[in-house]
Amino acid sequence: MHIPDGYLSPATAAVMYAASLPFWYRATQKMKALVTGRLVPLIALVAAMSFVIMMFNVPLPGGTTGHAVGSALAAIVLGPWAASLAVSVALVIQALFFGDGGILAIGANVFNMAIAMPFVAFYLYRWLSGSAPIVSARRVMAAALAGYVAINVAALLTAVELGIQPMLFRDAAGHALYFPYGLETAIPAMMLGHLTIAGGVEAVATGLVIAWLQRTNPELLETFSQPGAATARLPRRAGLGLTALIVLTPIGLLAPGTAWGEWSREELAKLGLGYIPAGFDKWSNLWRAPLSDYDLPALNNPTVAYVLSALFGVALVLSAIFALGWLIERITRRGATRTA
Amino acid sequence: MSNAKPARGFIEKTLGDITGALEQTLFAEEIARQGGLLQSLDPRAKLVGALALLIAISVSQNLRVIVALYALTLPVAYASRVPMGFYLKRVWVFMPFFTGVVALPALFNVFTPGAPLVTLIDLASPRVYLAITQPGVVTAAFLLLRVGASVSIAVLLILTTRWTMLLKALRVLRVPQVFVLILGMTYRYIYVLLHAANNIFLARRSRVVGRVSSAENRRWLAASMGVLFAKAYALSDDVYLAMQSRGFRGEAQVMETLAWRGVDWLWLAVFLAVAAGAVWLGH
Repeated sequence: MHIPDGYLSPATAAVMYAASLPFWYRATQKMKALVTGRLVPLIALVAAMSFVIMMFNVPLPGGTTGHAVGSALAAIVLGPWAASLAVSVALVIQALFFGDGGILAIGANVFNMAIAMPFVAFYLYRWLSGSAPIVSARRVMAAALAGYVAINVAALLTAVELGIQPMLFRDAAGHALYFPYGLETAIPAMMLGHLTIAGGVEAVATGLVIAWLQRTNPELLETFSQPGAATARLPRRAGLGLTALIVLTPIGLLAPGTAWGEWSREELAKLGLGYIPAGFDKWSNLWRAPLSDYDLPALNNPTVAYVLSALFGVALVLSAIFALGWLIERITRRGATRTA
Repeated sequence: MSNAKPARGFIEKTLGDITGALEQTLFAEEIARQGGLLQSLDPRAKLVGALALLIAISVSQNLRVIVALYALTLPVAYASRVPMGFYLKRVWVFMPFFTGVVALPALFNVFTPGAPLVTLIDLASPRVYLAITQPGVVTAAFLLLRVGASVSIAVLLILTTRWTMLLKALRVLRVPQVFVLILGMTYRYIYVLLHAANNIFLARRSRVVGRVSSAENRRWLAASMGVLFAKAYALSDDVYLAMQSRGFRGEAQVMETLAWRGVDWLWLAVFLAVAAGAVWLGH
């Protein structure tokens, strides 16, 4: 799943770096707050272990073998933030010292395998295992399933990143400049291998190692698996879902036509309505949006503009919500101090 | 029989991968110690130069520019005493196993319609038509050449720079010191854990006689992963204590011992000029 340099356009690579940076920053802040200095050797050793585990060939029933990524395992034992940092470090070392995976593509590889994967695995594991005891079989199954789903989410993200390339980047003669297949090919090709072999390898490795740790080192599993520790999980999980939705935005380009109820004047006429409602004509020119029709004039490529508009829109909506939340909190706090 | 074969297969494959990684770094260290052109340059000049060239390759919309950039690396590799057979093989023999397979279908009209270059199958009924198209060849060439040229630049950087130097060079990209420290420690402990894994697999390989079921093998493999995990965790405790007892208080300090010389300016200017020229020509 390591994307080499040459598959992604520089613009995509830059966007993926930009997407990964806040996670790195937040992870470092979080880990620093945990124990001063303890972070350095812990991340280094887990990263080294993750590097070595990525070399293991895991035998599957039927005789095939495959490599596990190990992000899910690290996330279950160390929590998603530490796992994210450790796997990132392992990926950077692979690219920078071993030539595995591109250097410009580090951002994308980190986002898929070191951010999406451990977070999905961690929250899925926690949700599936509920309040089951640390050494229960349910936790083994939860870990296996979390590993399976997490690597498939990572594979889907990889496929989307690759699949949007031919839509966005072609030379003047129309040749695809980077990865040449669209989403309709990239997603099935990627998922076929991951829903079967790679997913199986990750499930087997994650589940069996958790089972082994239950027998030999159960205390390693306790830190991040206490059922009571799950507080204020929802916003973060919602954030994850939101990120996934933004990443999947380009799929909207595949859909033909206009969203139901969002017709323009001309489309209304074509729908066979027979007439244009009087109010429509009156109001439809009232407001010309700054990103009209999601097409920025500065960027001639409509797809780039579409995705950028999506990101901009999300940022706008989020800041509006946060501003509102902040305002409400201020007002309620002021009310609370006054009554007290 | 059917069980014994994959069982031996995965141990030997893993041993091969581990040995390969160890060999590769030993080889890189050996070349990095030789007195060639790139070896004599400051790692910061090489790192920034390599990034500029990687970006130039990535931006180019012209195949000839990508080929020219790759061709320029050849004399530089030669002057840096990189074994040319290895340098060419590393990219053009190993890459096709992955990128070649990816690029192959793009040649055909099924994925890239266009003017046919070679018609392979042309049946009237049932209608079966398969041809290598002109745009298909261009598309596949873009992917293969871009990946090949990028890998070559990365290989040159890795082969001619000792890893400790490359780490120090990262500071020039404003990578925080704590990350440089973590990367360095990780690199160091990868060897400790690779050797541990190597021993685990060798021990298994030399003690097992006869058939072992696939399920048993998986359990064994999970146990060795678990052992490594627990070992890494325990080792990180020891390392932390050792660091603390030597005065580590959470602040990373990486010694800056790099010396920038006039010739580094010259070569950095050359790298940047070539990259800028390629961006200009390729756009």
